[in-house]
Formats: sequence, structure tokens, C-alpha cells
Amino acid sequence: MAKLRQCAIYGKGGIGKSTTTQNLVAALAEAGKKVMIVGCDPKADSTRLILHAKMQNTVMQLAADAGSVEDLELEDVLQVGFKGVKCAESGGPEPGVGCAGRGVITAINFLEEEGAYEEDLDFVFYDVLGDVVCGGFAMPIREGKAQEIYIVVSGEMMAMYAANNISKGIVKYANSGGVRLAGLICNSRNTDREDELIEALAAKIGTQMIHFVPRHNVVQHAEIRRMTVIEYDPTHGQADQYRELARKIVENKKFIIPNPLEMEELEELLMEFGIMEVEDEKIVGKTAAELAA
Amino acid sequence: MSELTREQAQALIEEVLEVYPEKAKKDRAKHLMVNDKSIEQSKKCITSNRKSLPGVMTQRGCAYAGSKGVVWGPIKDIIDISHGPVGCGAYSRGGRRNYFSGTSGVDSFCDINFTSDFQEKDIVFGGDKKLAKLIDELEGLFPLSKGISVQSECPVGLIGDDIEAVSKKKAVEIGKTIIPVRCEGFRGVSQSLGHHIANDAVRDFIISNRDEQAFEGTPYDVAILGDYNIGGDAWASRILLEEMGLRVVAQWSGDGTLTEMENTPKVKLNLLHCYRSMNYIARHMEEKYNIPWLEYNFFGPTKIKESLREIASHFDEKIQEGAERVIAKYTPAMDAIIAKFKPRLEGKKVMLYVGGLRPRHTVGAYEDLGMEVIGAGYEFAHNDDYDRTMKEMKDATLIYDDVTGYEFEEFVRQLKPDLIGSGIKEKYAFHKMGVPFRQLHSWDYSGPYHGFDGFAIFARDMDMTVNNPCWNMLKAPWLKDEAEGELKAA
Repeated sequence: MAKLRQCAIYGKGGIGKSTTTQNLVAALAEAGKKVMIVGCDPKADSTRLILHAKMQNTVMQLAADAGSVEDLELEDVLQVGFKGVKCAESGGPEPGVGCAGRGVITAINFLEEEGAYEEDLDFVFYDVLGDVVCGGFAMPIREGKAQEIYIVVSGEMMAMYAANNISKGIVKYANSGGVRLAGLICNSRNTDREDELIEALAAKIGTQMIHFVPRHNVVQHAEIRRMTVIEYDPTHGQADQYRELARKIVENKKFIIPNPLEMEELEELLMEFGIMEVEDEKIVGKTAAELAA
Repeated sequence: MSELTREQAQALIEEVLEVYPEKAKKDRAKHLMVNDKSIEQSKKCITSNRKSLPGVMTQRGCAYAGSKGVVWGPIKDIIDISHGPVGCGAYSRGGRRNYFSGTSGVDSFCDINFTSDFQEKDIVFGGDKKLAKLIDELEGLFPLSKGISVQSECPVGLIGDDIEAVSKKKAVEIGKTIIPVRCEGFRGVSQSLGHHIANDAVRDFIISNRDEQAFEGTPYDVAILGDYNIGGDAWASRILLEEMGLRVVAQWSGDGTLTEMENTPKVKLNLLHCYRSMNYIARHMEEKYNIPWLEYNFFGPTKIKESLREIASHFDEKIQEGAERVIAKYTPAMDAIIAKFKPRLEGKKVMLYVGGLRPRHTVGAYEDLGMEVIGAGYEFAHNDDYDRTMKEMKDATLIYDDVTGYEFEEFVRQLKPDLIGSGIKEKYAFHKMGVPFRQLHSWDYSGPYHGFDGFAIFARDMDMTVNNPCWNMLKAPWLKDEAEGELKAA
């Protein structure tokens, strides 16, 4: 058995982390890899396309029903989906109450203590809530957990800001543990010169754009059927894109401590690609009426 | 040890500070002073109510302790829910010796730990539903309770539970007062902020509840504020006030009730014993209801007599005569106590380190017994407390704020007091050093110490501690011979 590789997927909310992760995992599974997905998001939608249904028995929901997390067994929280992919979801509260971050911590500790990762696995993927708002959502990249981080990004300004911020977070944990940035996954939004821009960003951070996933409607078609493209239409070109991403990740050797950009550098890059206008200092803090005068 | 000069006392402080790293030394130096009665304001010479340094042994509590343990806990007919994990409620249950009359579990609830006992799932999914359920259960099990307070433990503040909304909804449902208190332990630097938060909750949810209701008042209505009835203190105080002709409408909060507290805005004068923990609500009642408040001191006959006369001065001749009558009645008994114990205690030195009022309020009682307080300090006082303390203490005595375990031990080693008055956390360290010790938070399973009755017990307790023969038996006989042998050889 090859050494288990634990990977965490981060990125701005709504960028397509869960969809990309599940398509990638489906491609890995298709290639014969043993994979597990751990959803670290109270919404619990990180495994829907693999299981064809929203996971009902999340770790935290089951723990709440049973009384405490100690009352759970591993088989209660693991479900097997497409091509034997194992799925677990941390689960958590509805928005506005409780502490979702604590839910992630509890769930991951539970999986680890119960030996969820000790079985014959090649990969574990943590799909993490977009905004790392507190320590709980950094849990997957702490010492002894995920070693490789992939950031899903697009050519949109806020997605790149987020990617850069996540890199800053990785630096903190990279210095104290073994976690490394393993690459940017560009989930295309069809913006201008998107591939060049993300490649330039990756180069500045010190990493690579591991793959450029083009945009295609088939992803949505598959998603409506609660399936990955790999399963829904395995002959489609888009499925090959995910297979390519999977192959690159399997072969990936480039694990680095990121060198996040200063805000000015990032803005320069965005200006260079025409995404951001050159800032006009004279208009800062002026209302419409004042500018008209 | 003979009395220190100002220079010697200052040198002692500097010597003790010497072991600290530079930054800690600078910080701690601000919290230690040699008393100078010529200075009016303590802010010129001592810093207080600041965050304790990491690494020192501070004895402070937290905001929850100040609210649940001090202010709310003693109110007997209100159920205090310790909202959060079980430990805070368990470890703050029944340790304070605030006595109450009543039947526990029926109409009085001071000595029961009510907690929402948070589990992991309550942190993750929030504790609001559990709180609502808990209130329903309490209402079923303890229908004679008059109200419920929700005392927030740390996690409640972290996960943002809306205890105000639950309290409001449930209060309507069960038709009782439910008071949410935001006293999460991480707030503030000590239990002091908890007192303030608790006072604010009383202000917001209790004080004006009976504003519109009729009340049969008398011109002699007073309330006791800041007496927690430790070992029966408030009872020993109350009888003196009643004997002089006053009517005590409320006791805050030792052996107190919700109704008494709601009726307090009808009194003519608020009598404040523990200034630190209840000055906020006294000031509020002064502003809103124009009720004057007066600090008093019921430790030791000298201070009790002063206080009785000052309280009486706010009333008519009838009360003033009453005060004199009370003083005359008890003076022979007090003189007898002093005659008995003073010869045994005369000249003995005392060092104090307590909470919010006793380091200054007990000075007079010790002096009545011929004893001398050579050092005093507070865990969580503010500078207005030190302003008051400097007047009570002799010149060139030590005053220490939030004293560290190390500093206190060093002061004791050097000054060799005959008695230390402090808390359970200090007690055994000093016992092991062979220094007589009394607990001045809980009265060491004794009390009351307030009032004339209390002074009789206070004097007896101090005597039996200081003059206990055990202190001469601390050294094993064979080691004793050795020590004496060395002495003879030298």
C-alpha cells in the first residue's frame, strides 16, 4: 500500500470547490485509487454527487442524536458511493447558531481516533468551507492532517484575493508543520487571458497552476442529476479534463511553502491583466455629488 | 518584627521585585506601595484593576464568579442556571457559606447546582433549545421559584447563543422574571467586571419591576446592600438596624429574595457594606430614585458604633436615640470581650489579602483587639477602594494589589506577621510556613463576624488561631533539639 496522501481543497465560496473535488475524486476512483472525501462544511454538500443524495448522517448530526460523539461508530458516519469512494461529512449547525468550526474539529478528531484513515486508502480529500473564518476551518491543515493544499481559483478578482489570503494561512501552518501548497486549480469562468493570469499568479506565489479546467455546461447537467461528469457522461471531453487533473495530482511532486503577494503586488498583477483599473487617488472618499462639482 | 520605616518598606518591595524579569518588574512595581496617609488619591501611587501577568500566581476569579458566585448566588428564591459546561457550576456550588433560611429545593435554591451541562453537540448546534427546555423542566420541578437567572459561561459568548431571546420568550410563558446575564468568564481582568455586569442585569430586569405598585412604606425603611450573609453576617447586622428602629426592607443579596430587591427603590436610604460589588446599583438607585446611599462598616465595636451613629444621622431623633440605646446595650459585652482577648492579642501583627472590602473593613476590628494590620491588599479592587484603604492603614504599611503568590510569601517571610487573613488558596502555603492563618472570605467554617454578635466570634477565632499551641509543635522533637543545640553553640 502506497503512503496515504491527505489533501485539502480551499478557495473562495462559490468557486466550485465541491464540484471540482468530487469530479476529481471520481476520476481518481475510476483510475483505481481508493479515495475518501471529508466534507468540512456545515452545509454538508461535499459528497452529494458521489452519493447521488445529500448525506443525511453527518458526524455532528448523529452525535447530537446519539448524545455525544463518543457514542458513534465509524460505520455510522461513512457511506460508500461511486466506485467505492468513501464519504463523510462533518455537518454542523444551521447558519446563525452554534459553532460550525467546533463541528469540523470534533468530526475530524472522531474520524482520526476511529481509524477512518487507517484502511487501505490512497487519498483523503478535505473539502473545506470557503471562508476560513476561525480555527475550526483550519483544522484539516494542522499538524498530522492534510499535507497538500490545492486552491481552487478563477480569473475573477475576489477569487484571486481569496487564493492569496489562503496562501498566507498556509504559511503559518507550513512553518510549524508539514503542510505545503501543492497548486492552484483554475476552474474557468471564461474571463480574458484567464490561464495566463492564474499561471502568473501561481508563479509569483511560487507554485503551479496544476490544471486549467475549462467551463462547460455538462458539469451543470451532471450536477442536476446529482452526478459527476465522470459518471454521467464518461466519454465527454470535460470528463477527460478531470482525468487529466487527477493524473497531474497523482504525479504531483511540487509541494512548496507559498510566498503570498503583498496587496500592491497583487493589484499590479490585476492591473497588468486589465482586471483592475489604475487607481485614481483623487477620487478616493468623494461622493457622486462632489465628483460632479 | 518592629515597625518598618518608609525607606525600609520601600527597600523590601524592591528586594522582592528583584527576581522578576525587567518587564514584569516594571509592571508589578506599580501594584505595590508603601502607605502614605498624606496622599489623597491612590492613583498617584498604585495601579489596580489591570490584567494579571502570565506566569505569576494570581488568586483572581472570573466574571462568572463575580456574577453567579457573588451577586446572584445568594438570592435564595431565584434559580441561577450556570449556562455552559458543568464545571463552572459544580465548582462554584456551596463554597461561599452564604447562609439562607428556607427549605432547599422548595423555596430556596442557593445550594443546588443548576446547569445546562453543555456537551460537544451544544457547542456545535448552539445551546438555545437546551436552555428553553431546561427552563421548562425547572418550572415543573421547582414551581415555587420566583425567577431564574441565566449565568453565561465562556462558551456561550463564543458561540453567540441568544440567551436574551430565550429568556424573554420563556419569561412570558412561565410568568416569572428570567434574567439573562452576560458574565462570560473571559470578560474583564477579574471577578470585578462580573459584579458590574450582575448589577447591570439587576438594574435592567429587577429594579423597576414594582415601580407602579403600591408599597406601604415607613420613614425608616432601609436596605442592606453588599452583605452576602457569610456565616450569617447579614442577620447579625440586620438585628442592630432593627433594634435602633429602622425597618430593613431588603438584604442584598445574602438571604435575599427577588421581592425584596424589587421593593428596594422604595427605601429611604441604601446601606452599602461591600462597596466594590454593589456600588453600581446603589449609584443607579441614587440617580433614578434619588435614594442616598451610605457606606458602613460592621466589623469591630469602634467601627460599628461609628457606623450606627452615621446611619442614624440620616434619620430623626427617634432613630438617633435608638442608635445610642443599641450602643449602650452592647458596650458592656464588647468591653468584656476586649478585656478578655486584648491581653492575649495585643501587639500582634496581621497581614491581609482578601477580595473587595475586608482588607480595609476589618482593620478597625483588629485594632479593637490591640492588633495591628501591617499589610493589606485586594484581589480585584479598583482605585476608589485603595483611596479608602490608605486612610484606614497606618503610615509605612504595605499595600499590594493582585499580589502574586511569590510576593505574598516573600513579604510574610520578611515581615513575620503573627496572623494572615486571606483565602483557601493561600491558607495551606502559609500553614506550611508555620504562620497562623484565618480565612477571611469564608470565615473558616465560623462566623458571623459582622455586628456586635459577630465581633464576639471574631475575637475568639483570632485568639484561638494566633495562640493555638500547635504553632509551637511544628518542628519534630529531634530537629528541635538540634536547632536549640545550634543556638546554644552559637
